[in-house]
Amino acid sequence: MRSKRTGWLLLAPTLIILFIVGFLPFLYVLYVGFFDWNVFSQEAGMTFAGVNNYRRLVFDTDFLNAVWLTLRFTAVSVLSQLVLGFLLAQLLTRDFPGKSFFRIVHTLPLMIAPIVVGAIWRLLTIPGLGPVPYFLDRWFGFDYRIGQFADHAFITTVLMDIWHWTPFVTLTLLAGLTTMPIEVTEAARVDGANRWQLFRYITLPLLRPVILTTLFIRIMDGLRIVDEVWMLTGGGPGTATRYVGIHIWRVVFPKTDYGYGSAMSILTLYFTIVICWLLYVSISQKRSSD
Amino acid sequence: MKLNWRKMRALVPTYVVWTIATLVTLLPIWWMIVVSARSRVELFDRPDFIIRSFYVQNYTNVIEDASYREYMLNSIIIATSNALLVTVLALTATYALSRYKLVGSDNIFFWTITNRMAPPAVFLLPLFLLYTRVFAIGDWRMFDTHIGLILLYCVFNLPFAIWLMKGVMDSIPPELDEAAMIDGAGTVGVILRVIVPLAAPTMAVTAILSWVFAWNEYLFAATLTSFNARTITTGLAEFVTVTGTNWGEMAAVATLTLIPSVIIVALAQRYIVVGLTFGAVKD
Repeated sequence: MRSKRTGWLLLAPTLIILFIVGFLPFLYVLYVGFFDWNVFSQEAGMTFAGVNNYRRLVFDTDFLNAVWLTLRFTAVSVLSQLVLGFLLAQLLTRDFPGKSFFRIVHTLPLMIAPIVVGAIWRLLTIPGLGPVPYFLDRWFGFDYRIGQFADHAFITTVLMDIWHWTPFVTLTLLAGLTTMPIEVTEAARVDGANRWQLFRYITLPLLRPVILTTLFIRIMDGLRIVDEVWMLTGGGPGTATRYVGIHIWRVVFPKTDYGYGSAMSILTLYFTIVICWLLYVSISQKRSSD
Repeated sequence: MKLNWRKMRALVPTYVVWTIATLVTLLPIWWMIVVSARSRVELFDRPDFIIRSFYVQNYTNVIEDASYREYMLNSIIIATSNALLVTVLALTATYALSRYKLVGSDNIFFWTITNRMAPPAVFLLPLFLLYTRVFAIGDWRMFDTHIGLILLYCVFNLPFAIWLMKGVMDSIPPELDEAAMIDGAGTVGVILRVIVPLAAPTMAVTAILSWVFAWNEYLFAATLTSFNARTITTGLAEFVTVTGTNWGEMAAVATLTLIPSVIIVALAQRYIVVGLTFGAVKD
C-alpha cells in the first residue's frame, strides 16, 4: 500500500526548501571564499585567489579581536545564567501559592524579539533619560556612561543577555530537577549528607545531562548574538562590543569585499563547529564514564 | 495543599528571591511602556516610574504613519504565511519520515535539525548575494520580496517543528491509517482525516511558535529587504539615528511589537521550553 514514491513526494518540498535556503548558501559561501571579489575594485568580477583570503584573516586583528570579545561575552553571560538559573530553579521545586504566576512572568523575556530587548535596554541606559545612569549616580555616585567606557558597555550587554536568557536556564534546570528521583536525595539525607554534599554528589551528577544540553544551546546562541547588541550599543564604543556577528554584518559586508567576507563567515562557522564538537565530546565522555 | 506556620516560614526566602526576580523582569518592560506614554519634554525630567498622564500621540503618530502600517502588515503577512507553511511542511515531512522506510531517513532527520545550529551572520553574505544576483528571473529578484523571507524563515523554524511533530507522529499507531486505507482513503485522505485531528494540538503549538519567531526576526529582514518587504523589527531599528531619536515613538513601536509575544506566552507557555530545546528537555 505504501509506495516509497509517495513518501519521497511528501518529503520533497521540505528537502527542496532546506536545500535552497539552507544548504546552497553554505556551498556558495565556501566557493566565494576562494575568490577575490570586490564590487568597487578596479577589476570587476571574481578572480581566483586560493587561500589568500584565509591567510589574510589569520593576521586580521579586528576580526580576531571580535572573536575574542565574543568568547569572553559568551563565557561570562552563560556562566552567570547557569548559577542564577540554578538558584532560581532550586527555589521552584516545591509547590507554593503563586508559583505559576512567577513562572509565567519569568517566561516572558524568552518570547520578546531580540531587537525589542535591545530597545528596552537602550531606553534604560540612555544618558539623561534612562533610570540606570540616573540612579547609579544618585545612589552610589557612580559615573555610568555606556557610550564612552568600554567596560560599561560590555557589562551592560552581559546584563542584558542575563535578563533575556536566565529564564531559559531556570526552566530547563527546573524540568531536570523535577524529574529527579526523590528517593535518592532522601536516602542521602538519611545517611547524614549535608547540603553541600547533596548538591555535589547527588544533584550535580544527576542533573549533568540537562546542564550540558542547556550549556550547549546557550553557548550556540551566545556566539551568534547580533540584534540586541546592535540595538543597544551599535557595537561601540569603539570596538568594545563589536561581537563577531556584528563585525561581519556591519564592517565587512558594507565594504562589498565579498570574497574576504565569505572567508570570514566560513572561519566563524568553523570556530562554532569546533566549540560544538568539543562540547559534544565532553557530553558523551561524561555519559559513558557515569 | 496545606500550609502550616513552619512551612510558611521556610518559604520566605523563596518569596523574597522570586519577588526580586519578577521585579527585575518586569521593571525594564514597564519603563519602556512609561517612555511610550510621555512626550519629548516630560522624558528628560527625573526618571519617574509612575505614569501620571498618557501621551497617546506617540502611538497615534506611529499608527497614522503609512510606512509603519505597511511594516506591520508585512510582518503579519510574512509571519502568518511562514507559520502555515512550516506547519504543513512539518506535517507531511514527519508523516513521510515516520511511515515510510526511506533510505537514510535518520540522516535526513538529523540534517534538518542541524540547520538551526549555524550562526545567522555566517549566512547573511551568501544569502544576500544569492537573493540579489542568483535567484532572479528576468527583472524579478528574490531580494526584497515577502516570499524570500517566508522561505528563509523555514530554515529556522522547520528544525524545531519537525522535532515536535515527529514525536506526535510516532505516537499515532500506523494501524489507524491502515484501517482508513482499507476504507478507501488515499494518502491525502489519511493525513487529513486520521493524522490532522490527532496531531492538531501540536500543530497549533508549532504554528504559534513559528509565528512568533518569524515576527521577532530582525537580522535577515534588515539585510534581505530594502523597501517592499520591510518588517516591523527593521522599522524599530530605523528609529536609532545619528541625528537624535524620538524615544517616545520608538518605545511605542517596541511596545506594539511586544504585544504578540505577551499573547503567545499566555497561550503556549507550557510548550515554549520544549520548542526552544528541541524536546531535549521535557517539561
